[in-house]
Amino acid sequence: MDNEKLNRQSNGVAVEATGLVKVYGKERAVDGVDLVIPKGTVYGFLGPNGAGKTTTIRMLATLIQPDSGTASIFGHDLKTESATIKSRISLTGQYASIDEDLTGTENLILISRLMGYTTKQAKQRASELLLAFGLQDAAKRQVKKYSGGMRRRIDIAASIVVTPDLLFLDEPTTGLDPRSRNQVWDIIRALVHNGTTVLLTTQNLEEADQLADRIAVINRGKIIAEGTSSELKASVGSGTLNVQLLDASDTKRATAILERKLGTSVHIATDGLSLSMQAQDSSLVAEALGELAREKIAISDFSLGRPSLDEVFLTLTGQSADEQANVEEGGTHERAGRT
Amino acid sequence: MSVQVEHDKSTLEEVHPLSAIATGRRPDPPNAFASTMAFAHRALLRIKHVPEQMFDVTVFPIIFLLMFTYLFGGAIAGSTGEYLQFLLPGILVMTVSQITMYTGIDLNNDIRKGIFDRFRTLPIWLPSALIGALLVDVIRYSLASAIMIGLGLALGFRPEGGAIGVFGAVLVILLFSFSFSWIWTAAGIVMRSEKSLMMVSFLVIFPLTFVSNVFVDPATLPSWLQGFVNINPISILATAVRGLMHGNGTWEQIGWVFVVSAGFVVIFAPLTMYLYRKKE
Repeated sequence: MDNEKLNRQSNGVAVEATGLVKVYGKERAVDGVDLVIPKGTVYGFLGPNGAGKTTTIRMLATLIQPDSGTASIFGHDLKTESATIKSRISLTGQYASIDEDLTGTENLILISRLMGYTTKQAKQRASELLLAFGLQDAAKRQVKKYSGGMRRRIDIAASIVVTPDLLFLDEPTTGLDPRSRNQVWDIIRALVHNGTTVLLTTQNLEEADQLADRIAVINRGKIIAEGTSSELKASVGSGTLNVQLLDASDTKRATAILERKLGTSVHIATDGLSLSMQAQDSSLVAEALGELAREKIAISDFSLGRPSLDEVFLTLTGQSADEQANVEEGGTHERAGRT
Repeated sequence: MSVQVEHDKSTLEEVHPLSAIATGRRPDPPNAFASTMAFAHRALLRIKHVPEQMFDVTVFPIIFLLMFTYLFGGAIAGSTGEYLQFLLPGILVMTVSQITMYTGIDLNNDIRKGIFDRFRTLPIWLPSALIGALLVDVIRYSLASAIMIGLGLALGFRPEGGAIGVFGAVLVILLFSFSFSWIWTAAGIVMRSEKSLMMVSFLVIFPLTFVSNVFVDPATLPSWLQGFVNINPISILATAVRGLMHGNGTWEQIGWVFVVSAGFVVIFAPLTMYLYRKKE
């Protein structure tokens, strides 16, 4: 057992944490987090503001000390070997972790020199990275004049001046437009392709879905669900079904059919034409829509939305015992937290 | 997931040269001197990009010197020319000690932005982040001193200690100010905003500089106030600077500046670094 554990630490595991706790005053910001993150994977922390995502990352990145619990990064103990850990990790914080008064080039040269490059090597590395991140035109501009997406890219560039073995990204795409977000996603994928392990936090289920091999859903300092993206989604259902009727006289009949087929209550918008409801199972949605057609109820539009983070939360935090059993059948590994 | 990675790999190689993203090179972490120089370079670049911050070290000394010489000269010493001989060393001390909080303020701002966290996760000797910036502050102090002494000479200041005395006096001021700055780096970590840091530094520096021997001879003060004025570090520095500039300084006066400076560094540098590491 011990041998097996050692073997795992030195070979396949990037992060291993047991019972991490961080208390601020009365608030248990992180309340017993257990983690195992395999090397070379993307691990996503999904949760709302104040869930404890950032605090957990800051503990793992040696910035703050846990009040209890243990963790190791690549087999190095967080408490006793933080210097070794620092040389293998890199952190991109929630806010730009660069000097906004300096230009892009100056920032990257600074970080390169602090990573041990000579001034000449640092200049070369900076221009290499600016080119790779599509920032060569903005190289001589102060970072405070960058757009949100450019800022994020220069921030990540600064984090990979020396390719880290483990990269922490705290909400890397919050506030970015879709194009910038996709650019950041591409960068993350390229890093993982080259062997870096990534631990990212996000409030966005789609982002976790796109990038993460495994996802931990965090709420109030606890991991309330953990699994692959499909395991999580199976536990939450397909999301929200929206149906747009053509004729308001059909509203009553349509509502009855949908409620009977899907077993959830229908929300009718004030126009009387837009119906929405939770849908647990996409095959039932297909049946319900078929039934509407057979009953000659005309619809102008329908959509089946992905489960939003709100829905994941509602399901995971407000679930009954029955639902919890279903979740476990669905393959999501539930953690009860500390008892 | 794996399918997506394969797909993106092909498009990425056109957009981003992957070789730049992953180097596989890992240089040895920099030594203390190299990282200190990198941080000093950062502070210099900040002056280049935010030149307004040099206002304090160029315009203020001029205003202070003119204002106090002509406002108090007649009343305190009978003539402005007489007063300038007494005042210039002291007001130089006052002006320079009032600009010692730069690195503390920058540090306070760094903490509220993310760059502080980045520095703390780098494999470097951490004090270099502050020492590098404080060394650039020494350039500010030198500039403020040069401007003030230059203007003083033009107004009729005649240091009897000659160029060597004046040079020595400035060196003593630089040593003191570098040491004194560590108070503000410690306070910069503790204070929640730049505003509160400014307020605290004002509350400390204002009484320290005014309730000293900078403007008046302590012999004219009530005895209970004399006690404070005589142990005030600003008085200790002003006495040494005056002595050096006028050629009648003693080693004892200079020795006390070294003692006070060492005291500041011994207490506040380790305290700053402790707070720096522990900041949450």
